[in-house]
Amino acid sequence: MSEVTRAEVCVVACAEAWRGDGEILAAAMGTCSVLGARLARATFEPGLLTTDGGPLLTAEPIPFGAPAGDVEGWLPFRDHLWLVANGRRHVMMGASQLDRYGNQNISAIGDWARPKSQLLGMRGAPGNTRNNPTSYWVPRHSTRVFVERVDVVSGIGWDRGAHEIRRVVTDLAVFDFETPDHRMRLRSVHPGTTVAEVVENTGFELAIPADVPETRLPTAEELRVLREVLDPRGLRDREVRS
Amino acid sequence: MGTPMTVAGIVGSLRSGMTIGIGGWGSRRKPMALVRAICRSPLTDLTVVSYGGPDVGLLCAYGKVRKVVAPFVTLDSIPLEPHFRAARQRGEIEFTEYDEGLFMFGLYAAAHGLPFLPTRAGLGSDVMRVNPDLRTVRSPYGDGEEFVAAPALRLDAALVHLNLADARGNARYLGDDPYMDDLFCKAATDAYVSCERIVTPAELAAAGPVQSLLVSRMHVTGVVETPRGAHFTDCLPDHPRDERFQKEYATAAADPDLWPEFKARYLDVDEPTYQEATR
Repeated sequence: MSEVTRAEVCVVACAEAWRGDGEILAAAMGTCSVLGARLARATFEPGLLTTDGGPLLTAEPIPFGAPAGDVEGWLPFRDHLWLVANGRRHVMMGASQLDRYGNQNISAIGDWARPKSQLLGMRGAPGNTRNNPTSYWVPRHSTRVFVERVDVVSGIGWDRGAHEIRRVVTDLAVFDFETPDHRMRLRSVHPGTTVAEVVENTGFELAIPADVPETRLPTAEELRVLREVLDPRGLRDREVRS
Repeated sequence: MGTPMTVAGIVGSLRSGMTIGIGGWGSRRKPMALVRAICRSPLTDLTVVSYGGPDVGLLCAYGKVRKVVAPFVTLDSIPLEPHFRAARQRGEIEFTEYDEGLFMFGLYAAAHGLPFLPTRAGLGSDVMRVNPDLRTVRSPYGDGEEFVAAPALRLDAALVHLNLADARGNARYLGDDPYMDDLFCKAATDAYVSCERIVTPAELAAAGPVQSLLVSRMHVTGVVETPRGAHFTDCLPDHPRDERFQKEYATAAADPDLWPEFKARYLDVDEPTYQEATR
C-alpha cells in the first residue's frame, strides 16, 4: 500500500470527530469533511446518517460526487433546518476566521456595515452552533483564519453559548476545547508537522499540553475504503496537498 | 385563483419600493426570466427577500435594490456572488442578514399571519448585533427560556419558478427539493408563478404524487410559461445548472471591463434573444 498522504490523515481526523455520535446526521462541508463523515459511517460509526450532498439520505455511504443510489430518507432544506432545531445532528463547517473559543466568521471581512470583503453570509452558522455539536474543517491553516478576534460572529463559540464546539481539524493538526474555560487546545499534530509550525500559523495563544501526540494514521481497512470505495479519484489530495 | 399572464404583465404589476420575495435557493430553480425582466424595467428601490443567488446579484447590478434580506448570497458551485459582493463593498445597499433558519421562521410567521415565531437560531451571534431591531421573547412556561422572535417576512409580491403549473396557478415541483416556494407564496399579497410548462389540470394531476403539488391557486395571482426560465440556475429534472454559462457570468460580473459586453449580449435583450444566445 502506497504512503499515506496528508489528506488521508485529515479525512480520518475529520471522521474521528463523529466517533460515538450514534444515529444522528453527520452534516459536512468540504471534501475531506464529507469523506470523513462517510468514512466514519463505513467503519467505526455505522449508525450515522449521511447525504448525497443534496436532499437525499443515502442507504449507504456513497463515493464522493456519486449519485445517491438507494435512498433511506428525504431531507430538503426546510426539513434540514428543522433538524437543526431537533438536534440529532453534528455539523462540520468551514471557517474564514476562527478564534480561541470557536467563534466562526463566514460572513464578511472588515467592518460589517461596509465590508472590505463580503463573504457567503451567516448561512446556518448561528443556528447550527446554538443547537448542534459543531466541528470545523480548515483545509489551509494560517494566521488569516486563526485570529485573535473574528470580524463577524456567524457561528458562536463556547463563550457565547454554543451547544458544543467539539473539534477543529486543519491540514496541520487537530484541536479540541477540553480545557477548564473551553479555550482551543492542540490535541494532536499530523505526522510531518511540528508544534512550532502550528503555533507559528495560529494568531492566538493555544493551550498546548506538555506532550502533544501525533494524529493517528489511517488503518489498512480505512485506507482501503477511502481509496477504493469513497474517493477513487483522489479528490482529497486536491484539497490538501502532501 | 391565478390567471395566465405575460412576463411583462407580471413585472408591470409590481411597483417601485415593494418588498419582493424570490423563491428557489442559491443558484437553484430561480425565476430568472422574471428577474431579467425586472432588470430591464423602470422598477427601483426594491427590498429583495431571498435565499440569495444570481437573482440578488443581477438586481444589485442593475441598481434595483435598496435592501437585501438574506442569510447568504451564493452561486453554489461558485461560492461568492460578484455583484452582491461589489454592492456590499461599495456600500450601495442595505443588508438584513439572517440565519437560514431564522429566515425560514420569518417566512412561516408571515405565511400564517403570526407576528413572529420563536427560535434559538441567532442567539449569541452577530445576527443580533447587525439587526438591532430584532427582539427576543421569553417562554411564558416554566422553562423561561429566551428566544429570538423571528419577525414575519411579509411580502408585497412573491416570484417563484416551478416545473409544471395549470392555468389557474396550481403548481408542482418535479425535483428533489421544494425549497420554500410555497411559503414565499403564502407570505405575499400577490404571488406569481413562472413555470417550464403550463398543462391541463388532468396532466398536472397525473405528473406525480399529490405531495409535490406545492403551490395552490388560492395563493397565486398570476402564472406564466417561461421555458428554461430558471436558466442559468438549475430546474431539475428539466435541466441542470448551466455551469459553463454561470462561470461566464461570474467572470464578467467580477470584471468591469467584461461586464458591459456580457450585459449587452445577454441581458439588455428580450427573453427569446437571451434563450437563443444561451443555447
